[in-house]
Amino acid sequence: MRKTMTSMLAGIGLVLACGTSVYAQDKELTIFWAEWDPANYLQELVNLYEAESGVKVTVETTPWPDFQTKAFTEFNAKGSAYDMVVGDSQWIGAASEAGHYVDLTDFFNKHNLKEVMAPATVKYYAEYPSNSGKYWSIPAEGDAVGWSYRKDWFEDPKEMEAFKAKYGYDLGIPKDWKQLRDIAEFFHRPDEKRYGVAIYTDNSYDALVMGVENAIFSFGGELGDYASYKVDGIINSEQNVKALEAYKELYSFTPPGWAKSFFIEDNQAITENLAAMSMNYFAFFPALINEASNPNAKATGFFANPPGPNGDQFAALGGQGISVISYSQNQEEAMKFLEWFIKEDTQKKWAELGGYTASAKVLESPEFQNATPYNKAFYETMFKVKDFWATPEYAELLIQMNQRVYPYITGNQGTAKEVLDSLAADWNATFKKYNRVK
Amino acid sequence: MATAVMTTLDPNSRSAARGMSDLTIRNLFIIPTIVFLIVFNIFPLIYSLGYSFTDFRASSPAAANFVGLQNYRELLNDPFIWSNFAITAKYVIVSVVGQVIVGFGVALLLNRDIPLKGLLTTLLLLPMMLSMAVVGLFWKLLYDPSFGIINYTLGLGSFEWLSNPDMALYAVAITDIWMWSPFVMLLSLAGLSAVPKHLYEAAAIDRAGSFYTFFRITLPLVAPILMIAIIFRTMEAFKTFDLAYILTSQPTTEVISIRLYKMAFQEWQTGRSCALAYIVLIMILAITNIYVKYLNKVKER
Repeated sequence: MRKTMTSMLAGIGLVLACGTSVYAQDKELTIFWAEWDPANYLQELVNLYEAESGVKVTVETTPWPDFQTKAFTEFNAKGSAYDMVVGDSQWIGAASEAGHYVDLTDFFNKHNLKEVMAPATVKYYAEYPSNSGKYWSIPAEGDAVGWSYRKDWFEDPKEMEAFKAKYGYDLGIPKDWKQLRDIAEFFHRPDEKRYGVAIYTDNSYDALVMGVENAIFSFGGELGDYASYKVDGIINSEQNVKALEAYKELYSFTPPGWAKSFFIEDNQAITENLAAMSMNYFAFFPALINEASNPNAKATGFFANPPGPNGDQFAALGGQGISVISYSQNQEEAMKFLEWFIKEDTQKKWAELGGYTASAKVLESPEFQNATPYNKAFYETMFKVKDFWATPEYAELLIQMNQRVYPYITGNQGTAKEVLDSLAADWNATFKKYNRVK
Repeated sequence: MATAVMTTLDPNSRSAARGMSDLTIRNLFIIPTIVFLIVFNIFPLIYSLGYSFTDFRASSPAAANFVGLQNYRELLNDPFIWSNFAITAKYVIVSVVGQVIVGFGVALLLNRDIPLKGLLTTLLLLPMMLSMAVVGLFWKLLYDPSFGIINYTLGLGSFEWLSNPDMALYAVAITDIWMWSPFVMLLSLAGLSAVPKHLYEAAAIDRAGSFYTFFRITLPLVAPILMIAIIFRTMEAFKTFDLAYILTSQPTTEVISIRLYKMAFQEWQTGRSCALAYIVLIMILAITNIYVKYLNKVKER
């Protein structure tokens, strides 16, 4: 019996020893990202890196609602499970101040990435604090909110005639938020199970806030002064009150049960013939031109977020930069990977695979702009984007905005002015708590 | 005293042959459990009590500062937290009352000689064997206003169960009732089958009506076991997270555990969330104590 035990233990020991030596020889990198199509494209891209360098790179994913929680749980535990993370733009303050991200300023300057990447992506994905010249990420997946629409519904002569008779101008891509509202109202026909518009309403992370930001920024408003943390008179400004009212009005033209919708539901609104127009990140548009996932692929068109009443035109920024995690044991190898990733050829390949490159040169190239029906709108949008707060306490700010705005949009509670005044008070209290303001 | 009640080890058993005493065997079984409890329950409980008096954030390398009762004071003055507690109370009442009515009702129906009684009971127990997440996901489909079978069957058109802020909490409670009524049914069934038959026979001889028999014989005798079911379900309903989180994101369904989760793992306010967890713990203990006192009273009767 004792002999059997001894030989079993020896066997286990041998297996472990072999396993460890094999592991030590192989170079492996793990990139953490959310579960969506661009992560699959990135896996395809990094397979090329493996072929070139022999370093195996795995893109590990988790569903979007858990992404932030899972990533920060790993960071806070100083875990080395991931070498790099393609983290959300608003994480940058929290992750850099807590020391989770490796400072990439030298790398950024050495490769002149400030010029190589599109300006908005450098500003929002890489630099923190604002205008500090300190960089923590390499812009990886550019993204912003745009719109898809049903071309066949818009181009139906009967609809065009009826629309012109009712509103006095031609039915087409909305030229401003007023037209967006009119078109949504025009196509909203619950009896025919057709609805006007699909917008973001999910309040579990940043979906609803992103949707509302599209209105706020295009109405000429801001969330606050990101440098001085002043919010009173900015988040509850006259423009923002009008913008919030406009977003609430759009909600009345959405399909039934639209109170917890994000990117999946908004794409379904187009594929399932539910809505005439649908708000979504550009990153989800590849599924809409694919006939396998969208039976209406040929009849689907795209447009950038329209301007507000004063001609301001902005969109809410999505997208992420890739950062090296401070607790990774393969930092050197990760830096080598980043050197390969920022090469122009790699960025071209990244765009071809379906990734939204942040490389200014690739974005400006006619090949990129003509590659899909929405690339041109994406290129235009990426130069007019604005983002949410990136301070370390952004999660509290986000939850406070959801708490105030959601009951108003979906539940008719309070007025836009009351909601935004309360939000200004909440944010002020939070900034006071963290000594950002006195 | 404990050793006195233990049975003596069989001298021919393998344990005795290895020279183990009764006490050794008892310790072998009990010590791992006690160690496990201390490491995974008691230690975190005490440690988090310490954190609840600090401004500690697990997401920040900054040291925790002692802030006294500030976390408790701010939480108890936060109208959003009180609204979360009110939502939780409403949910507990609707859900537990629903489960007791449905569960006890079904147990009464099953407490008689009917064909396939065993199979029926087993089938009725299935919902509580499913995972909360799975139940949440498929009830979301059942409630769907466009293609959900509930609206189709009840002819409700496109009634919005989960998007309607006034209805969403009831929709979550209905799902919970569906899932956990079998638990109440099972305990009630055990209680009902233990009621001596001769009491019913005596009541029948005295020509007692069915209502009288139910309120004077059945209910008092089943009450202690029903109370245990109510205690368990109240504690569980108070802690509900999964169902409400998966089914809907209405502020009207943000029960206290969802707020706690957001505070701890999205906002990373570790110190404050520890304080909130303690407030919840004290409330659950207080409610359970009231129930236990009542249970003892019922037993005395």
